[in-house]
Parts: sequence; C-alpha cells; structure tokens
Amino acid sequence: MSSGHVLSVKLYAVIFGSLIALTLTTTGVAFMDLGGGGLNAVIALAIAVLKALLVILYFMHARYSSRLTWVFAGAGFFWLMILIGGTMDDFLTRNWFGTIG
Amino acid sequence: MSDLSIVRAHQFDDIEQQHDASWIGMWVFLGTEVMFFGGMFTGYTLYRNAYPQAFASASNHLDIWLGTINTAVLICSSFTMALAVRSAQLGERKPIINFLLLTILLGAVFLGIKFTEYYFKFEEHLVPGAAFNYEASLARPAEIFFSFYFAMTGMHALHMIIGIGLLTVLIIKARRGRFSAVYHTPVELVGLYWHFVDIVWIFLFPLLYLVGRHL
Repeated sequence: MSSGHVLSVKLYAVIFGSLIALTLTTTGVAFMDLGGGGLNAVIALAIAVLKALLVILYFMHARYSSRLTWVFAGAGFFWLMILIGGTMDDFLTRNWFGTIG
Repeated sequence: MSDLSIVRAHQFDDIEQQHDASWIGMWVFLGTEVMFFGGMFTGYTLYRNAYPQAFASASNHLDIWLGTINTAVLICSSFTMALAVRSAQLGERKPIINFLLLTILLGAVFLGIKFTEYYFKFEEHLVPGAAFNYEASLARPAEIFFSFYFAMTGMHALHMIIGIGLLTVLIIKARRGRFSAVYHTPVELVGLYWHFVDIVWIFLFPLLYLVGRHL
C-alpha cells in the first residue's frame, strides 16, 4: 500500500542527486580503459542496476509497498533472467562438442 | 471528494481495496513490459556476444554526450513525476498540474534530442537498409547493431509519446478537480509507468552508448 506513505521532498532530491551523480560516473568510467576483460561493461551495468534500484525503491515506492508488490516486481526480474539466461546458455555452449548448429 | 461512492466501483469493499487492486494490476502490466523489452535486450546480448568488435565500432558512432544529457533529462522528468505524485497524495491541485506540465516538457526535450540523433544517423548513412554505408569488413554486423539501436530506442520513444498522452489526460482531470488526497490512483499509476520507461533508458544508455568505448 503506498498512498498512505508520503515521502519528503528532501528524500526525493537526494535520490535525484544520486541518479545524476551515477550518470556522470558511468559516462566518465566509459572513457577509462580498464583492460580487455570486460570490466568496463560490468561496471556500466552495475551502475545501471544501482540506478534502477533507486528508481524502483523510492520513485516507485516499492520499498514502502506491500509484500505482494515485491512478489510481482521480483517475478518480472526472475522471468527476465530465465529469458536471458536460458537463451545464452544455449548459444554459448553450442560449439562445446564440435557439433554443427 | 465528499462522496467516495462516486470514485469507488461497486465490486470493491472500500477505496483502499480498490487502490490496492489497481496498484498490483499496474505492476502486473509492468511485468509484461519487462518481457516485451526483455526480448530485445536478449537479442542485443546474443548478437553483441557474436560480434563484439562490430558492436563496439558501431557504438562509437553514437554521440555519448547527447546520450548523457538525455539520461539526465529523463531522470529530471522522473523527479518531477515523483513530486507530482507527492502533491497528489497531499491533495494539492495546483502543484500536481505544474509538476505534470514540467514532466511533459522534459519528456518533449528528451524526444527532441532523440530525433536530432536520428537525423544525424540518416545523414551519416547509418540507418539499416539500402543506404546503409559502413566499412566493408564490419558492415553486416554493424547494421545489426543499428537495427537494435533503432528498434530499442524507437520502442522506448513510443512509450514516452504514450506517456506524454497519459500525462495530458491527468492534467485535464486534475484541472477538473478529479483528484484528492483520498483518490489519486491514476496519478500514481501513470507515475509507475513513467518511472518504468525511465528504467528502460537507464539500461539502454550504457548498452548502446557506453560499452563500445572499451571492450
């Protein structure tokens, strides 16, 4: 239930400031060469996940919502992981045994 | 709202139960939206994994600064949307309208910058199709990158346009005094939608603009 919970303007402003700071950080990090191991992509995605969590928890009031809301939000994430994980573990393992296609 | 029966549909026991049903319904819809965009994100992941060099090369043709500015603009619009919902919770009519107008304005700025970028891509022959022109060795996979770029940012922009339409309806309703501290569910639900569209962009920005800089 969310309509009973009014957050302060200050809290929204802090979240807003954090999101802007993280945006500048992720652009800045993109210009740094962190080696060829894919660390740049990992950091960019980690910052994106952090920003998404701030938006979901505070702007979308998930933190102050019912457990049922958490179940539905979590289900979306869970099925997304099945979609991406299931597809990638097929494609990434196709050539392991030298078979065609 | 003096008489709550005006806004409560007969199948609900009370206005709170009605609100909770709408709230959960909106999260279910956003779950379907996660699946909708998820298909494109999965396709992107697959092809980026298959053609990392071409995707990095093509990504560097996007303007990282316009992308950063647009990300900031969209975050500003989420901030004003959150404040509009807060005003609605407090039952303040005038601030709701002002914050919603600001949100529309920022959304329009985002779309303006986005379509300017599209224009540059047409000029540079980077739009997939007969006029696509790229260094020969990477041309085919680079075309795939730009197909994802236009499909994903295009669907995102369509969601923004729909969002601006929903915000306009909210402003009309707010001007007619349809919302109060007790009943303002539509403002909250459009807020959820707007923030969701913001989140989609939060992931599109690094995947399309940033990760190509350094593999």
